[in-house]
Amino acid sequence: MQETLSPKTSDHPVEINSLVKAFGAQVVLDGISLNVKAGEVLAIIGPSGSGKSTLLRCVNHLEKPTGGTIRVCGDYIGYRRKGNVLREIGGRELARQRARTGMVFQNFNLYSHKTALENIIESPVHVRGVDVKTAKARAHALLERVGLADRADAYPAQLSGGQQQRVAIARALAGEPEVMLFDEPTSALDPELVGEVLTVMREIAESGMTMIVVTHEIQFAHDVCNRVVFMADGKIVEEGAPGDVLDNPQAERTQAFLGRFNARA
Amino acid sequence: MTQAAAANSAYIGNPVYAPRRHPVQLAIGLAVLAFLVLIGKSLFDNKNMQWDVVAQYLFDAHVLNGVLVTLGLTVLCQILATILGVVVAVMRLSDSRVMIPIAVGYLWFFRGTPLLVQLIFWYNIAALFPHLVLGVPFTEYYQVISTNTLISGFTAAVLGFSLHEAAYMAEIVRAGILSVNKGQKEAALSTGMTEAQAMWRIVLPQAMRVIIPPTGNQAINLLKATSLVAFISGGDLLSNVTDIYSVNFAIIPLLVVASIWYLVLVTVATIGQTYLERAFGRGYGNSAPGKPKKPQIDELSDARNAVSENL
Repeated sequence: MQETLSPKTSDHPVEINSLVKAFGAQVVLDGISLNVKAGEVLAIIGPSGSGKSTLLRCVNHLEKPTGGTIRVCGDYIGYRRKGNVLREIGGRELARQRARTGMVFQNFNLYSHKTALENIIESPVHVRGVDVKTAKARAHALLERVGLADRADAYPAQLSGGQQQRVAIARALAGEPEVMLFDEPTSALDPELVGEVLTVMREIAESGMTMIVVTHEIQFAHDVCNRVVFMADGKIVEEGAPGDVLDNPQAERTQAFLGRFNARA
Repeated sequence: MTQAAAANSAYIGNPVYAPRRHPVQLAIGLAVLAFLVLIGKSLFDNKNMQWDVVAQYLFDAHVLNGVLVTLGLTVLCQILATILGVVVAVMRLSDSRVMIPIAVGYLWFFRGTPLLVQLIFWYNIAALFPHLVLGVPFTEYYQVISTNTLISGFTAAVLGFSLHEAAYMAEIVRAGILSVNKGQKEAALSTGMTEAQAMWRIVLPQAMRVIIPPTGNQAINLLKATSLVAFISGGDLLSNVTDIYSVNFAIIPLLVVASIWYLVLVTVATIGQTYLERAFGRGYGNSAPGKPKKPQIDELSDARNAVSENL
């Protein structure tokens, strides 16, 4: 029997169960289980190579899981369930599932041949069939929201890194996603540009958006997120409220990792 | 400060900037110019060139007809080859265990056999299959067509050139697609585009920057390669010129006529390429040709004045 769960029935938009991901013999995710509540802002921290980004990329099926399950808004993302079989899907069906999440990449990935405005209206117009006039009006509102109302006609190459990332956030929001995924959104930025992007992200968090943020910005995780997950070697080592995990870590790995940040601060 | 330095600095207040001199470039330019004038003059004065014959046949109806056939064949085959090339390139870059071998096999065969052999093969395919049977499967309906009526010299040429050219275009398109950062496709997919939409709307338009220059090369090659149809049925520029000089024996003047037309066509193609490159260079700053970014003299001297004022 085919499962028909409408997107909004679950109050956990993202449900990850015993997720395993291996690239050849190398196991990158080793049994991750994690549920994200609607409206929750979750930070994933951890050393490089701990699998944080891979986990995030599994949530919108840019990576296929090796084992375990991921459900986004009730659907097994990338698959159609029939009885005990998860049959891989593609085309429009997969695209529709992916559209429920919006993703912000470390390297922005704005479409180089399109202006800021064109980047934002691309999917609303060509995927969801919004008429160009409405899409443009919404795009201008989004640019306003990320503080770039005057740069609508600029090409990505004409924008600073921070501006590009803010346009990328606007582009992801234009899809009206249920969940926003941030993959180290400030790691490629010059230090003085980090703040402008974090400000925008904080505003989105306060608007009630469900967010999963892979980040090295411990202060942001502390101040903005509801929950922090610390990952190492493909496993969740520790998770809990930011005040607990970040200020009073229990596990040795977490202490060592955060110790390096505190030493610098 | 020494006195000499003081004397020098007296002139630095508001300097006049003069461009760098290039005496060697100038000398080479003049030498090439002189060489061309001499060659041109000796050709022009040479009675054996029969310039009056060139003039007589340059706009001859048979010649112009050949120009049209050459142009039409080139444009048609280049378009078909580009479409097929994109399909083969996308198959080659897919992760399908069915599509990849098909694409690789296509490339292997059509790049591996000579163009002339392919042309003659298509022209003579009736020898292999005298009749083609077109029918609707699982019904009684079918029709038998003589292969020779279906495959004329022109269709044989279109088939031969398109299939051969497509193999080369596939590799050019593949290089173009590979030149686009993987993140562009991922971003498109993450906003809910299908693979096909991401390829068509995001990846290919950016790949065009890399695809166009070698495609221009291919088109120009194809333009001249169409002269090979002389071996099957003719009708193109070179065949028609050959028709004429086999009667009047004015070989050189008629080859000059053909060369003039080939040069004209290639020039038009090159100009077209420049415009295409500019159109697809959007968002890449000064990479578009024909518009080298030079700072305005006014802005420069303004900036310098500002600097000298601050000193």
